[in-house]
Amino acid sequence: MSKTPKSIETRYMEEREQLFRGLHNLDRRSFLRVSSAAAAAAVVSGMTPHSFSPIRIARAAGPGKDLRIAYISDSHLYRTELNDRFVRSILRAVDDVNKLDPQPDFVFYGGDLAQLGQAEELELGAQILKEVKAPVRMMVGEHDWYLDMGEKWQELFGAPTYSFDLKGVHFVVLNSVIEEDFWTPRGLSPMERMRTVAGLDNHNQRSFTVGAEQRKWLEKDLSAFKSDQPLVVFSHSPLYKLYKNWNFWTDDADEVQAILQRFKKVTVIHGHTHQVLSNHIGNIDFHGLLSTAWPWPYAPQGLPELTIQMDRPDPFNPSDGCGDGEIYVHPDGLVDKVYRLWNRNPITVPASYLKSQGKKDRPPATTRGSY
Amino acid sequence: MKRTNASIPALHLVAACAAFTACGGAAGNGSSQPTSKLDDPSEAKEDPPDLTGQALANSLLAQWQRDHEDRDWQEEVRSAHPNIPGSADNSAMVYVKGGQDEGQTYGRFSAQEVLTWKLETDALVLAGARIFHSGDELGTSVGVSCDMCHPDAANTHPATYPKFQVQLGRTILLRDMINWCLINPVRAPAMEPDDPRMRALEAYIFAQSKGEALDYGKH
Repeated sequence: MSKTPKSIETRYMEEREQLFRGLHNLDRRSFLRVSSAAAAAAVVSGMTPHSFSPIRIARAAGPGKDLRIAYISDSHLYRTELNDRFVRSILRAVDDVNKLDPQPDFVFYGGDLAQLGQAEELELGAQILKEVKAPVRMMVGEHDWYLDMGEKWQELFGAPTYSFDLKGVHFVVLNSVIEEDFWTPRGLSPMERMRTVAGLDNHNQRSFTVGAEQRKWLEKDLSAFKSDQPLVVFSHSPLYKLYKNWNFWTDDADEVQAILQRFKKVTVIHGHTHQVLSNHIGNIDFHGLLSTAWPWPYAPQGLPELTIQMDRPDPFNPSDGCGDGEIYVHPDGLVDKVYRLWNRNPITVPASYLKSQGKKDRPPATTRGSY
Repeated sequence: MKRTNASIPALHLVAACAAFTACGGAAGNGSSQPTSKLDDPSEAKEDPPDLTGQALANSLLAQWQRDHEDRDWQEEVRSAHPNIPGSADNSAMVYVKGGQDEGQTYGRFSAQEVLTWKLETDALVLAGARIFHSGDELGTSVGVSCDMCHPDAANTHPATYPKFQVQLGRTILLRDMINWCLINPVRAPAMEPDDPRMRALEAYIFAQSKGEALDYGKH
């Protein structure tokens, strides 16, 4: 925080912000427990207790070296003159992550920055993301790729497949939207190819894959690490097989999972599905990302049992069901995932919930799931 | 609205008529040519068009194909959306000689009639699928089409209409909700209730929720 003197109103608003941000970490019972402990602590220390102090103490009492990631995903930008709603939405998300205090270690962008992969869409997105104060890490989505096969995206953001280490955690970013060539036999133009892939329910395209080349790269990248190395993998499509008809699916997911199996703490974070989505396969936790543009319906089949559905979005509210969020990587390598829905209470899916196969720390269920 | 016209069902009937008319026309215009060729072969400076049966048919077909670039639209929609549930099987309605309908005048449907029902119904549904997935046909000004929020028409639940739509303050039908979507997220002009596109959209949305129990008023 800056040392500039702040008015009492500013300090009040800041504390209020912090309260709401902190609340998602606590269920009702632990909130009451923390509150009473904090009140007692405040009395002992001679502090004047006021409404917002419990959370600050609760936060201070948490693990000290958490790695915090904020995310923005699936903005599907058109140029502003054509459609400014999606532009306003990503700006809102950028404001959200810039307001985080303390700032996250980095901001992750989950893919599908553009709607039809056009240079002006990608450039607009790149320009907007420059406003993000924290470092930004990018992932590619199919909407970014299939007009020019990733040429513009790579010119702006670099290689789509890479890895890095931060605070003892190894991060891997994959390009999981590789499709077998369906366009040459059909004689499609680049824009026809793009529009085919952009149609979620369009069966003229193929299934997403990570591909043999990247799987080989991944094996090599991970070969130096011991099995207790905390590992977070980002992929645009879910790295498991959910619903093939909408490409909520990665065709070689089993092979990729096999490479990750030897690690004890693995979390896969994926975009593409535009919804609250949780899964646990073997030793791997899976979390989806919210979109800033629109929510997708839940797939009619194959929804993982551990998924607690988000509330049914209200079509009359253009930003309902959309949002951004945060990812907390605890020092022990476990990951809590926060879905910050813009018009709803934030939903936290803690690692303990997935690791216990849904027995512990179950997030509160919605009263209105999908039809 | 050229594409819209083409997407009106019964295109194959229209096509058949067009071919028929073309045939008649060509036969009329060309009637003098074979005669002159026979009478005075020296008159023919250029190769006259070969108007024997197959060649004539091929040239007419080629002409029709040039005029109807969109002729395979049903196959194209089917290829992109192969999972649209098929319309009901009415093969049991086909009249069988010596069956229990023997001697009845009512209900004597031929296999061709039953097939026509299916083709006509499917054509309307496929036309709807095409409009549903096309911002251009919907008339959007913001690049938005129905499938962007409703893949395979998911979350449209047509079986729950009519219902009191709280946000609109009145009881509405599916078409009212379609129009709400057109005006708001799609930013397109609303459609008249009997607009061929509206009828096709309704057909596709109903087809996609085949098997869902009617439960009007459900929220």
